[in-house]
Amino acid sequence: MRTGSLLRRIGFRLLAGVGVLWGAATLSFIALHVTAGDAALATVAGQGANPTEAVLRAVRHDYGLDQPIYVQYLRYLGRLVRGDLGQSYQQRIPVAKAIAEQLGPTVQLAVAAALVAVLLAVGVALLTARRRPWIGSLSSGVELVLTSTPTFVLGLLLLIVFSFKTRLLPVSGNQGLASLILPTFTLALPIAAVLAQVLRTELEEVLEQPFIVTVRSRGMRDVAVRVRHALRHSLVQVVTMSGYVIGSLLGGAVITETLFVRQGVGQLMLNGVTNKDIPMVLGIVVFASVVYVVVNLLVDIGYTVIDPRLVTR
Amino acid sequence: MTVPLVEVADLRVAFADGPVVDGISFTLHRGQCLALVGESGSGKSVTARTLIGLTGYRSRVSADRLAFDGADVTGFTERNWRRVRGAQVGFILQDALASLDSLRPVGREIAEPLRLHTTLNRQQRDEKVRELLASVGVPEPEVRARQYPHQLSGGLRQRALIASAIACDPALLIADEPTTALDATVAVQVLALLERLKGSETGLLMVSHDLSVVARLADRVAVLRAGRIVEEGPTERVLHDPRHSYTKALLAAVPVAHAKGARLSAGPAPALAAVLAGSPRTAGTGPVIEARGLFKSFPGPDGDARSAVTDVSLTLNQAETLGIVGESGSGKTTTARMLLGLENPDAGEVRVDGQPLAQLPRAARRRLQFIYQDPLSSFDPRFTVRRVIGEALRAAGHPRGERRPRTLELLELVALDPGVLRRRPLELSGGQRQRVAIARALAARPEVIVCDEPVSALDVSVQAQILDLLTDLQQSLGLAYLFISHDLGVIYHVSDRVLVMKDGAVVESNSVSEVFAHPQHKYTKALLAAIPRLETAHRRPADQSAAQPADNRESAGV
Amino acid sequence: MSALAETAAAVPGTVARRVTLRPGRILAGLFLTAIVVAALVPALLAPQDPLAISTDGAFLHPGAAHLLGTDESGRDTLSRMIYGARPSLIMGLGATAIGVAGGTLLGLIAGLGNRITEGAVMRLIDVVLSVPELLLALVVITLLGTGVSNALFAVGFAAIPAYARIVRAQAHIVRRATYVEAAGTLGIRRVTVIWRHVLPNAVRPVLVLATIGIGGAIGAGASLSFLGLGAKPPAAEWGDMLSIGMQYISNDWLLAAIPGAAVTLTVLSVTVLGRELRRRSEGRTGR
Repeated sequence: MRTGSLLRRIGFRLLAGVGVLWGAATLSFIALHVTAGDAALATVAGQGANPTEAVLRAVRHDYGLDQPIYVQYLRYLGRLVRGDLGQSYQQRIPVAKAIAEQLGPTVQLAVAAALVAVLLAVGVALLTARRRPWIGSLSSGVELVLTSTPTFVLGLLLLIVFSFKTRLLPVSGNQGLASLILPTFTLALPIAAVLAQVLRTELEEVLEQPFIVTVRSRGMRDVAVRVRHALRHSLVQVVTMSGYVIGSLLGGAVITETLFVRQGVGQLMLNGVTNKDIPMVLGIVVFASVVYVVVNLLVDIGYTVIDPRLVTR
Repeated sequence: MTVPLVEVADLRVAFADGPVVDGISFTLHRGQCLALVGESGSGKSVTARTLIGLTGYRSRVSADRLAFDGADVTGFTERNWRRVRGAQVGFILQDALASLDSLRPVGREIAEPLRLHTTLNRQQRDEKVRELLASVGVPEPEVRARQYPHQLSGGLRQRALIASAIACDPALLIADEPTTALDATVAVQVLALLERLKGSETGLLMVSHDLSVVARLADRVAVLRAGRIVEEGPTERVLHDPRHSYTKALLAAVPVAHAKGARLSAGPAPALAAVLAGSPRTAGTGPVIEARGLFKSFPGPDGDARSAVTDVSLTLNQAETLGIVGESGSGKTTTARMLLGLENPDAGEVRVDGQPLAQLPRAARRRLQFIYQDPLSSFDPRFTVRRVIGEALRAAGHPRGERRPRTLELLELVALDPGVLRRRPLELSGGQRQRVAIARALAARPEVIVCDEPVSALDVSVQAQILDLLTDLQQSLGLAYLFISHDLGVIYHVSDRVLVMKDGAVVESNSVSEVFAHPQHKYTKALLAAIPRLETAHRRPADQSAAQPADNRESAGV
Repeated sequence: MSALAETAAAVPGTVARRVTLRPGRILAGLFLTAIVVAALVPALLAPQDPLAISTDGAFLHPGAAHLLGTDESGRDTLSRMIYGARPSLIMGLGATAIGVAGGTLLGLIAGLGNRITEGAVMRLIDVVLSVPELLLALVVITLLGTGVSNALFAVGFAAIPAYARIVRAQAHIVRRATYVEAAGTLGIRRVTVIWRHVLPNAVRPVLVLATIGIGGAIGAGASLSFLGLGAKPPAAEWGDMLSIGMQYISNDWLLAAIPGAAVTLTVLSVTVLGRELRRRSEGRTGR
């Protein structure tokens, strides 16, 4: 019974995820066609030539742009399924290839930041939930300041303190672990603050529950009560924030990479935006959508591990 | 005499907003059961929790003497307490669904005190868990131990919770409202189980708001009010010869405890006739609502249809009260909602004054009003009482100028001070909210009021006042009530005729005296047997049902 | 009265009415008041023209003549900060207005419409929500071009799906609320019930949340300027000033730190007051 409903749940989520991706692809297709003007012109114009009508027609034919719109749409979807995100106007290379080349540093940064954020949040929440009032106030004050600080201001502050004033850590670049520390914390701290807030509120609520009284009445230590019983209940809420976390990581990557002059997908995106490289921008957005769907699916499976009520009825 | 198990002298507990326990003293011996009885806020639960040092970090506890098994515990540190909790004192809270960790199998919950206080290894603990489950009457212990609380029925859950409390053979068992969340028939079984566990070496401290529940089990009763014991003595004596006026009032307020038709609350009946001058409705005796062959099903969690109501027919006559009684999930509320047109029956028909309900114009439907169990949620949170009632008057067609005097009249009818007009429902007490709900219903000048568990969320004394109010209103206004309750005492008190429902169907229908005196259906008999009776219950031998595994319906899972 | 007379004690609302003022909230209120005044009448507060190049020189440290020093071109930093308040506030209010208006409309269509409308709107929202807000804003800018007004629209547009989801969820809850049902049994018309009970209760929480959202929008707008996609030099705009200041961070880190602090304090103040508003609207007090 349990595996059955688990599989059904995963299957359902998978279907929903595919639906979201299909929607994203469709919106991206519409955006390309409504606003990109004549794609053939854009494709050829990059070569600095002033193409004749005959050349343009040939290019349109090559790219299938003279086909009816639904054929173009189906072909577009077909290419996406094969992992072809289109051709960059500006860099003249496949968008997928450009992303693949820049992916490494961004994944490094995002994963490091996610880990730091979650660990910090769990640690702080466990330590500060339902303690003396001033501990809670102090902690939520710090969190409030951190959540209100825009990413680029926070990064700047860290740079000023740790690089320009104390010269402890490098200013920029992709070299080595040391250069990863400041960007990671820049990206992680605001997320950690939001997660810690949610987690502490949840923990405080859970710690008021009757079952916690039961657990305490068995003679369990406070630390064990928090870690063994309360934490799991409060994580149920935090897991639902995975979408927020992914969004913050990907969005924050653009700013963090700019600030610390790091290579990565964020920089690629920003270049695309400034150069009006529409296939590149939309390609990255579709890619982000894929990441979102995949991570959420994984989180959802993890969710059923935390909360068995979802699959046992 | 031996050393008492628990000795408490002049116990005081205070929180930031004042004292909650204000000088309480009692003694409990092994093999004895003491019940602390009182309404919400009386300090009974807090008193119980001081015995395991769990009054919360914001509380201040002091006592002349607080001793457990002869050892003084007033200076106990957290570490000292941990050795007592679970090992020497077992603690049972109400509503096992909330009192067991919902994310862990019940077996692990029961094993937890063993893990903390014994040296048993995992295998031995599993073995012991199965023994414990079997000993509290849970069938198929190996299967149950691996299930989660939500997969067990209410009775099995409560048994599992009890199993975890007795895992280490504690000398003292504290049970805080152990049966409040349970249906009557299941509650009887759980009480019997507790009685059996009490044994000769274990002391039992019961906490309850319900005198009739403790009557079954307690050797001594202490009645608490506002943090003090107002009366303490042997159960028999307290119940039959109460000395304090509060105890007397509490006993009088229990609906089943005395003659039907008597007033439950103290104080005279308000002169409603004066208020209502000029608006008496000539009450006839014909049927107002007739329902024939109602069916309703809802989609269950797996998508299949679950039948909620099957083939229910009923008639409600003018100016009478029809009681519907049944346990949770028996289809009482769904039936009522269909009578009001809030839910469309899958089959069957509802007629109001001979007309099909579906064809009734909206204005005519106003003649049927609804009072909810939780009145708070039935008010727009932004609205003050004035707007709540004003809106109902406006809908009933009262012009603006008439609304204010009429609002004041309605408040007087339900015995509320005009001062509440500026308040929002959130700022009112439970009883006041229910009075506002009644006033709002009356604003529509109804012939019928459907009351869905209108007093179940209220303390017994407030409950008494609301029941009296409803009776007074019926007599002055000629209202017909459809009164839904799980509480047979309340049903007996208010009803002229009774429908007994089980699993969506009517199993018995008759006048209230017939149903209570000569129940026909086996389920009705079981329900009646489960009513705790103040007069007779004491020292009655435990029902056989408790010693046996729970019946099939109970062990069905879900 | 009898011993059992119902006690109206434990009435939470009367306590909730008591106004509690904390220093944090007072400071936030004062700071925001200053920002609003600066945004309305910058000329009144600013000692100098924000674009005028002073003869005193560039990279001056804070002093008597220039309270916050001068920038790389010798312009008075304090004056530029004061003039920078207006674009920030316009960004915050404008973008939030777009987000809330669009979100409320979509959310109500979904929350009050039939199953098909609701499904369509919600799937669309799901799709758009799968793209992080900042990336969504960047797409809008790519399509529309850079500039202050496009950045404002981009930030507002990117916020629509989140607001829409909240409004829909709230409309759902309210539509099924017992008090809506109770209004129906009183014989009140369906349209009246929606207008009087459903709409206000569905939208109110969003309006409260939106005050906190204003802070977020100010931050997002500044981020876009920082990325060079919003306001352009030499405009006096905080995000842009910070971006320029970054280039001279080794000369004078204050040039970047001052606008950074201004953005942060503004967002913080808005958030503090917004949260207080939310607490009040939920009838809570305390921390």
